[in-house]
Amino acid sequence: MEIAVISGKGGTGKSSITAAFATLEKNVVLVDCDVDAANQYLIFQPEKTIEKPYISGFTAKIDYDKCTSCGLCVSYCRFDAISEEKDKVIIDEVSCDGCKLCSRICPFEAIDMVQENKSRLYGGAFRNGQMVYGRLSPGEENSGKLVDMVREEAKNLQKKYGYEDIILDGPPGIGCPVISTITGVNKVVIVTEPTLSGLHDLKRTIEVVNKFKISIFVIINKSDLNEEMADKIENYCNELNISVIARIPFDKLFTEAMVECKSVIEKEPEATVSMLIKQALNLIKNN
Amino acid sequence: MNNNIKIAIASGKGGTGKTFLSTNLFRILEKQSIDVTLVDCDAEEPNDLQFLNGTLRDESRVVQFIPEIDKDKCTYCGKCFEHCNYNAIFYINSRKYIEVLEDECHGCGACSVACDDNAITEKEDELGKISVFQSSDTGKIIEARTKVGVHSPVSTIKAAIKKADSKVILLDSPPGTSCPFIQTVAQADVVILITEPTPFGLSDLKQAVETLKSMGKCCGVVVNKAGLGSNDIYDYLLEEKIPLLMSVPFDKEIALHYSKGEILSDKNADWDIKFNRLYNLILERYGNCSN
Repeated sequence: MEIAVISGKGGTGKSSITAAFATLEKNVVLVDCDVDAANQYLIFQPEKTIEKPYISGFTAKIDYDKCTSCGLCVSYCRFDAISEEKDKVIIDEVSCDGCKLCSRICPFEAIDMVQENKSRLYGGAFRNGQMVYGRLSPGEENSGKLVDMVREEAKNLQKKYGYEDIILDGPPGIGCPVISTITGVNKVVIVTEPTLSGLHDLKRTIEVVNKFKISIFVIINKSDLNEEMADKIENYCNELNISVIARIPFDKLFTEAMVECKSVIEKEPEATVSMLIKQALNLIKNN
Repeated sequence: MNNNIKIAIASGKGGTGKTFLSTNLFRILEKQSIDVTLVDCDAEEPNDLQFLNGTLRDESRVVQFIPEIDKDKCTYCGKCFEHCNYNAIFYINSRKYIEVLEDECHGCGACSVACDDNAITEKEDELGKISVFQSSDTGKIIEARTKVGVHSPVSTIKAAIKKADSKVILLDSPPGTSCPFIQTVAQADVVILITEPTPFGLSDLKQAVETLKSMGKCCGVVVNKAGLGSNDIYDYLLEEKIPLLMSVPFDKEIALHYSKGEILSDKNADWDIKFNRLYNLILERYGNCSN
C-alpha cells in the first residue's frame, strides 16, 4: 500500500507525523517527496548506497561569437527570459523554461541548450527499512519529475525487499510536486492545523486530491491551539464525508524528539500523541 | 537612503511564519499612511486575505496559450512532436494519431512555429488570477492565486509582482527554494528569512541562505517560535554573520490570534512597537541594497 502524507499549508507537522508512521512498522519504504526541502534524512540518517543524478531540464545559453544581436529570439520567447540590453541579447536563466524554441529559430545557431545535473536522488537502508529521497539543487525546476523518479526507486526497493508499505512525505502546496506525490497512491493523509489559513489551504488541497479520486484522511494537528477552529474543520470534513481520524494536541515532544533525531514513537511510545498517531495509522490502513 | 524598497519575506521551510510577518509589517506601515503594497506570492496557498480585508479594485486572469490541432489540415508529419520539449504532444505516425496533452503543455509556442500546414491554432488556458484590493488610502494587497490543478505558479506570481508599484513593496514568498521562491526573491532588494529553531528549520534555512548567496541577495533572519527546539540556529547565524533581526517567542496567545486570522500588532501594542522597530532595522541595514 502506498500512503501519501500532504498538508497544503506548510509547517502543520506533516513530516513529524510521517516519521512517526515510519517507525510504527518495521520494513517500510519511506520516501521524502519534499525534494525542495527534504528533512526526513535528518531524523533517520539513512545509508547512501544509491545515488543518482537528476537532469532537471534545459537552459538556453548564447554563444556571443556567433550572436549578431538580431533579436529574433527575443520576439519568440514566451517566458520573458530574453531581453536586449545595449545591443546585447541576454538570457535570464531564472525565467528560462527550457523550451528550446530560441535555439531552434536562431538563424546563426548561436544558442545552445545546457542541462543541469546538480540535483540528486539518494537511497539506502535506515533503521526501519529502506529510504529514498531527492534533493533538488536550489532554483531548479521540474521538481515533479524528481518526485516521479524518487517514487520509481521506492517501488523498486519495495519489490526487492518484499516490503508491504510505502509511506510518502509530501511537499507543501498544491502544485506540480504535490500532484506527482499523490498520483496513483492508495491513500492520502492531509495534516492540517486549526487556523483560518489551515482551513483555507485544506479546502484547496482536498480539491486537488479529489481530482484523483483517492480516499482522504484528515489529521488536525496542534488541535488544542484553537478547539473552536478545530471543530469548524471537522464539520467541514464531515460535510464532505471525509473522516477526521485524529485530533492531536500541541506537544513539545515533537520538537524534542526531532532534536534527538527520533520520531515521537521512538522517543515516548506511550505518550498521548504517540497513541493517537498509532490509532490514526490503524484507521488509515483498515479503511 | 533610497525611499523605495522591495522586501521579500521568505523561508525554506513552510509554516514558519511568512504570512504572520508579512501581514504584520504591512499593517504597521499602512497605519502610518506609508504607500505600501503587500503581494501574496504564495500562489498555491495564498493566505494574506485571511488576515486582511480590502475592497476589490481589479481582477485579471493569467493565461498561457496552448495548441489545438486541426485534424483536417494536419498531415501527421510529426514536426510539432519533435519540437515539443515537454512531451505534450502524443503522436503515433503509423496510425496517424496526434493529440495535445494539455496538462503537460507549457505554452511555449514551439509547435505552432514547427507546423508548416497551418494546422495549429492556440487557445487560452487559465493558470491563475490576480486580484488587487485597496485596504486603506495608502495600502494595497495583491493576491496571486493559481487555479487548482495547475502545475506551476510561476507565471501567476510574476504577473502579480508586476502590478505592484508602491514605495514599499512586501513580497510574501512561497516556501521552498525552487523556481517559485527564486522568481519571487529575484525581484527583491532584501530578503527576510523567517525560520524556527528546530533541526528542520535550520536545514531549510541553510538551503535558502545558500541560494540567496548564489543570487547575490542581502538577507536577514527572524526566528519564530523561539524557545522550541535547540540553539544550533543561533550558532549558525553567528558563524555565517547573518544578522538576527527579531525573535518571536513560541507563545500560545500569539498562536491563538494567528489561528483566528487576527493581526498581532493590531491586538497588542507591544508588538506594534516591535514590528516598527524591525522595519526601521531593515531600512537602516538594507536601505541601500538595490536590486
